[in-house]
Amino acid sequence: MEDLKRLEEFQAKIDAGEKIEPKDWMPDAYRKNLIRMMSQHAHSEIVGMLPEGNWIQRAPSLRRKLIATAKVQDEAGHGLYLYSAAETLGASREELLEALHNGKAKYSSIFNYPTLTWADMGAVGWLVDGAAMVNQVSLIGTSYGPYSRAMVRICREEAFHNRQGYEIIAELCNGTEEQKEMAQDALNRWWWPSIMMFGPSDADSPHSEQALKWGIKAEGNDSLRQKFITMTVPQAHARGLTIPDPDLKYNEETKQWEFGEVDWDEFFNVIKGNGIMNRKRLKDRNAAHDNGKWVRDAAAAYALKKKTKVA
Amino acid sequence: MTTENKDTQWPLWEVFLQVKSGRPYGHVGSVHAADAEQALQNARDVYTRRQEGTAIWVVPADAITASTPEDMGPFFDPANDKVYRHPTFYKIPKGVNVDVH
Repeated sequence: MEDLKRLEEFQAKIDAGEKIEPKDWMPDAYRKNLIRMMSQHAHSEIVGMLPEGNWIQRAPSLRRKLIATAKVQDEAGHGLYLYSAAETLGASREELLEALHNGKAKYSSIFNYPTLTWADMGAVGWLVDGAAMVNQVSLIGTSYGPYSRAMVRICREEAFHNRQGYEIIAELCNGTEEQKEMAQDALNRWWWPSIMMFGPSDADSPHSEQALKWGIKAEGNDSLRQKFITMTVPQAHARGLTIPDPDLKYNEETKQWEFGEVDWDEFFNVIKGNGIMNRKRLKDRNAAHDNGKWVRDAAAAYALKKKTKVA
Repeated sequence: MTTENKDTQWPLWEVFLQVKSGRPYGHVGSVHAADAEQALQNARDVYTRRQEGTAIWVVPADAITASTPEDMGPFFDPANDKVYRHPTFYKIPKGVNVDVH
């Protein structure tokens, strides 16, 4: 009875557009759903460092190298904002990382695709970060205060990621025939996976309805996906690139770019762990963690030494 | 905390940032760190990569005492019925200016 009344008050608060804060009463499912979503989001930032970190050494100029380094550092920062937000709900950093490392937790499927050429760095910034931005701008409106505040920060920083990606693509499109082909090839490979980043259609998305009702998500998968496509198609056309979708057409009435069938079998197959890079990403993430152990040990030993000296 | 532990979670520190000299400090998030010095460095790397601040405080999270949402009503209600604490409560005769500029 008591819980029912609390639940009503909770829903009323959300419907009034107020934010929920860590110590506020919340249904258990709200807490669980948020921990799952925020930690998946954090894991995606951290795993997202891998395909790009791979290109820092091979970036074609010092300028590009500095940009790539700054971008990867940002992804680390974004992961930390999100872990910090997830921890306000009682999850521990240790258990979240453990779930990532043993493969129990999910991260965005997009990072299970390989970054084969330098043009892929452009496509990742332009398309992958562009899609992430659309999603994250919408998530500023989430009902959970710490998540919303993390999104404000991330969006402020992510804008540079998106622009530097488009700049890489634009530069290649102005280059030789071969460079232009590289840009088109990257678009061909990254277009559909980027569109899948918004998740399955709302009708087939198990968490969507409740997440929308509780304001965890501010907007449905389909409408975010449409927003991204309509925003991105003209950017491709402006560079003379072709979107790899024969069914793509502009609807004069709705002012939207309508798109063809998404291959959801591929999406679910990659989520299940059968993408090209799933195993390698998990292996590299575990190695990064294990190889950093001596740093953690040294810091702990130093802290202990200082403490004993004082005592 | 000893170094034998395989993956001990370091203590949590809450991070407060002053965005500009003269401004109040505001909470921005948290970091894990083995000690205060490392907490400051981690907070700098995580929260000020673009010169977002001029100064940082890190505070052990368990040193913070916070009011609870359940008490919100009774805890703050002493201020509820004291409208006379606001300048708008007072009627000032027309033609007189008492505001300091």
